[in-house]
Amino acid sequence: MWVTFLALGILLALLPFLADMSLGRSWVRILDFALLYIMLALGLNIVVGYAGLLDLGYVAFYAVGAYVYAFLASPHFGLHLPFWAIIPLGAMVAGTFGMILGAPTLRLRGDYLAIVTLGFGEIVRIFLNNLNAPINITNGPQGINRIDPIAINDFALNQSHEFFGITFPGVVNYYYLFLALTLLIIFISLRLQNSRIGRAWVAIREDEVAAEATGINTRNIKLLAFVMGASFGGVSGALFAGFQGFISPESFNLFESIMILCMVVLGGMGNIPGVILGALLLTVFPEAMRYTGVVQEYLFGRQLVDPADLRMLLFGLALILIMIFRPAGLLPSRRRRRELVAEPAVAVQEQDSLYDAKK
Amino acid sequence: MPKSNSGPLNSSTNAATGETLLRMEKITKVFGGLTALDTVSFSIYSGEICGLIGPNGAGKTTLFNVLTGLYSPTAGNINLKGRVLGQLSPHRMAQLGIARTFQNIRLFANMTALENVMVGRHVRTHAGIIGAIFRGVKTRSEEAAILQRAYELLAYVGLERHAESLAKNLPYGDQRRLEIARALANEPVLLALDEPAAGMNQSETVELKQLIQKIRNAHVTILLIEHDVKLVMGLCDRVVVLDHGQKIAEGIPAEVQRNSQVIEAYLGGAVA
Repeated sequence: MWVTFLALGILLALLPFLADMSLGRSWVRILDFALLYIMLALGLNIVVGYAGLLDLGYVAFYAVGAYVYAFLASPHFGLHLPFWAIIPLGAMVAGTFGMILGAPTLRLRGDYLAIVTLGFGEIVRIFLNNLNAPINITNGPQGINRIDPIAINDFALNQSHEFFGITFPGVVNYYYLFLALTLLIIFISLRLQNSRIGRAWVAIREDEVAAEATGINTRNIKLLAFVMGASFGGVSGALFAGFQGFISPESFNLFESIMILCMVVLGGMGNIPGVILGALLLTVFPEAMRYTGVVQEYLFGRQLVDPADLRMLLFGLALILIMIFRPAGLLPSRRRRRELVAEPAVAVQEQDSLYDAKK
Repeated sequence: MPKSNSGPLNSSTNAATGETLLRMEKITKVFGGLTALDTVSFSIYSGEICGLIGPNGAGKTTLFNVLTGLYSPTAGNINLKGRVLGQLSPHRMAQLGIARTFQNIRLFANMTALENVMVGRHVRTHAGIIGAIFRGVKTRSEEAAILQRAYELLAYVGLERHAESLAKNLPYGDQRRLEIARALANEPVLLALDEPAAGMNQSETVELKQLIQKIRNAHVTILLIEHDVKLVMGLCDRVVVLDHGQKIAEGIPAEVQRNSQVIEAYLGGAVA
């Protein structure tokens, strides 16, 4: 057990260097994004996976987090707050937006909730796009640039630093920060899963009327799911803004929401390792597909199909195949796995009681 | 693991004193043009098993839903231990100790039997988000207590072997028992059972009857809706009869059985 953890820890610590040496610097950047998406997917997992509330506008919270960072640490308003102050603020503001979305949708379920949340995501994006007049708040479609890079005291993460004779380039510094926060979010997710609140979320997912009759204040507990999920999104968004240095409303479109939902569903709704795997695969796979051009040249001597076109085609195909062969996700939760497989002992018993009934 | 004699039910809180536990006062419920309940009044006394019977469509389940906060009455009050309850939501009713089961079983299908009962403890426990994340001494001991009580209650209704089975994989009769265990986890002052014997076979019904008696002996007051007249007559201390939304009779089972209005309601006007 300890050996596994230790090996995993060493692997995670060395991963950016391994990627850098074998695949190149751009892959370290992809790893950074993978970590951001893991945080997002874990946040959405609370809303969709635990509480069973289908949210198609989740990217709105990512956007809110990113804009909070951009407002507070860029020349746009001339504010330059330190990173450690903005991240919790980003989580809090996004959490508040979670409540704003949650409150009016409390009575909605399933399809209807999905439509309203989808609308919410679009509204946030359109607001960001248009809030440059009459007062310029968001700088509209141009977005906000020259955002301060994340710095811990005087340690600017975007610059190379040298320790013990090893050079740590910017992307690697960001990797370690993102990794630390991802681990924190995984820890919180795990703790919530096995708690009184976590059970209440699952109970609401299973049967809201029964949950209410059992004494669960479904209104508050559902709001709590929205707020917690949104705050994870806010953290991820703030990190994204600091990492990227430039944000615009275009980065927060419906496609992003769908991608995050795909990560959750594909990996295994409600199961933390599954969701992490889903986020990793869906970040890495589309990037890896860029190399199809090389493969084509090797096989056919020339490029038959433009790799950019083929990329999404193969991606779609992969999604369909996974959903056919692993309908509960790649790593389904214990619960969902059992949903699909009846336990033999119980099956026999059921036959017994059927037999009883016939008598 | 379960304690030997006393069982997991806390019996000290509501001993069978015969005091009025709950009074329905002139409850009326109108849906559009249909009067489902028409000024129905009756009392439930501490420690008794009170039966609620009536032909289909008499308003039994409506009354149940009013009692458990699912519907708000058009007029009338519910009085619990001398206190008039306003318009309360179902979870508030559960907090006050009115626990229920459903006519068509409503378990958390994809949770284990154990988890179902653990959810039942929600209303008597307190850990919030902060407690869940930091999991201090208090939260940990609360979790341990929830787990232990859940096991005890499963044993109490005879489901300890199925603790780890998903609720939906349990045989029908066991699902009914699990629903009762979940309701008992509330430590209710009033346990409201909506047709617990519906769809049960002979042997399951006998077992259910024994279970209900056992719960009553632990001094939990029970309100029972039931179609199985034999079960009602054998179990209940008192019976309230509804027909067309009105109370037509109330009393001990033997009396009610002879009541001409009741006979008429069940068999139609021809007999009278």
